[in-house]
Amino acid sequence: MFEPFLLSFKLASITVAILFIIALPLAWYLSQTRSKLKPFIEALTALPIVLPPSVLGFYILVALSQNSPLGAFFKDTFDISLVFNFTSLVIASCFYSLPFMVQPLQSGFESLNKQMLEASYLAGKNQIKTIFLVALPNIKPALLTALIITFAHTVGEFGVVLMVGGSIPGETKVASVAIYEMVETMDYASAHIYSAIMVGMSFVVLLSVYTFNAKHNKKFGL
Amino acid sequence: MIDIKIQKELLGASGTLKLDVELQIKEGEFLALSGTSGSGKTTLLRIIAGLEKAEGEIEVAQKSWLNAKTALSPQKRSIGFVFQEYALFDNMTVLQNLLFVAKDKTLALRLLELTELTELQKRYPKTLSGGQKQRLSLCRALMQKPKILLLDEPLSALDPSIRAKLQTQILKLHKEFGTTTIMVSHDPSEIYKLASRVVVLENGKIIKDGKPKELLLKQNGSQKFSFSGELLELKKVDIIYVAVIAIGQQIVEVVLSKEEASRHKIGDSVTISTKAFTPTLS
Repeated sequence: MFEPFLLSFKLASITVAILFIIALPLAWYLSQTRSKLKPFIEALTALPIVLPPSVLGFYILVALSQNSPLGAFFKDTFDISLVFNFTSLVIASCFYSLPFMVQPLQSGFESLNKQMLEASYLAGKNQIKTIFLVALPNIKPALLTALIITFAHTVGEFGVVLMVGGSIPGETKVASVAIYEMVETMDYASAHIYSAIMVGMSFVVLLSVYTFNAKHNKKFGL
Repeated sequence: MIDIKIQKELLGASGTLKLDVELQIKEGEFLALSGTSGSGKTTLLRIIAGLEKAEGEIEVAQKSWLNAKTALSPQKRSIGFVFQEYALFDNMTVLQNLLFVAKDKTLALRLLELTELTELQKRYPKTLSGGQKQRLSLCRALMQKPKILLLDEPLSALDPSIRAKLQTQILKLHKEFGTTTIMVSHDPSEIYKLASRVVVLENGKIIKDGKPKELLLKQNGSQKFSFSGELLELKKVDIIYVAVIAIGQQIVEVVLSKEEASRHKIGDSVTISTKAFTPTLS
């Protein structure tokens, strides 16, 4: 009964983990660079926010299908299909949720006192040590926002998931897709239960983020 | 010996400015860097620290930090930097701030003791006062036993009584650690008290270089007392003129002749001096 929820959480957890690894260096780079390329990279990163999910889903399908070079390579070499399975959902979610991880981290890094980072360099610490020991601990609210919002946003995605993953029970049928199907088949009772759970959980998650941030700001006198 | 010979184009308030500095500093010297704002003082410190790029050469104790081919990264230079805005690590306690630089607890505790911060070692920077933050920042800069200690207007944000106390501590630490210290300062009494040499920068060039005594004591002729101040008010009282002048933190009134009054206007920087009288100290 709750398989779609478990699948949504699994998808969101994996997406958050992968995106954190990708977005951390990207957000750091964007926050520190004075390169002319910065606005281009920023615009590219923000695209998933404004694009209709169907556009994103269409391109991902085209790029990953067995007719594409990438899809063909994975099919021939590893015998893995990149569409209509869980792997494709993870890939699609990583594109879809990227800005929600990058943007809070980037603005967090940008808000840091530059001299604090310079003090760390002068203390002999390289950039990686500085990121993990000085930068990240000083932007905890931004870090938490990035992780939680990315998670919540991935759980909440629908359009891209439906296009790239379809609705295979236990494989790609996540909660949002399950609700869509329930409504289509007029199973309103189940749809009510599922939707209520989604609303409740999303609210609790957001509430915890805002509560933490308020407490954190109070503690540090901000 | 520290040899500095650098050039850099700066974007100043009034167009571009060429920083062009040639400076030799003896080891153990306490050098005060003075000059109007925008003259390149902070940039010079940042170039020495490797935080900003520049053309030219920097050599410290026969080791090249900067030349045409390479620039040593800030991590590899032995620099203690005290920023004007402290720049402490807010996520670490007072003691952790020091241990982050070097894992030497004995030294950390000694520095805290010298600066009277021992009691506060478990506190976080955000809970400290300005003076305490500045002392911690100074301790942190000394944790790696730097070859050069750079102080960027370290005391400008503090009130006079704390300033005086911290000046004594800076001097104590400078002597105890035998570092070469370069401090940006505008305060003549601070420079006189601490520095063994003053360099005055203007528009990116050195315009004066000498002992504080020679540069700061304004002895034109045989005056015994001489102060610089700002003319705040000029008023005519019957047949004389009275000028109100701000000298440091004090306001004084001086009687002027008509001829003197006509030479000055409100807002002027003036020197007021006198000779042949017996001052009393109380």
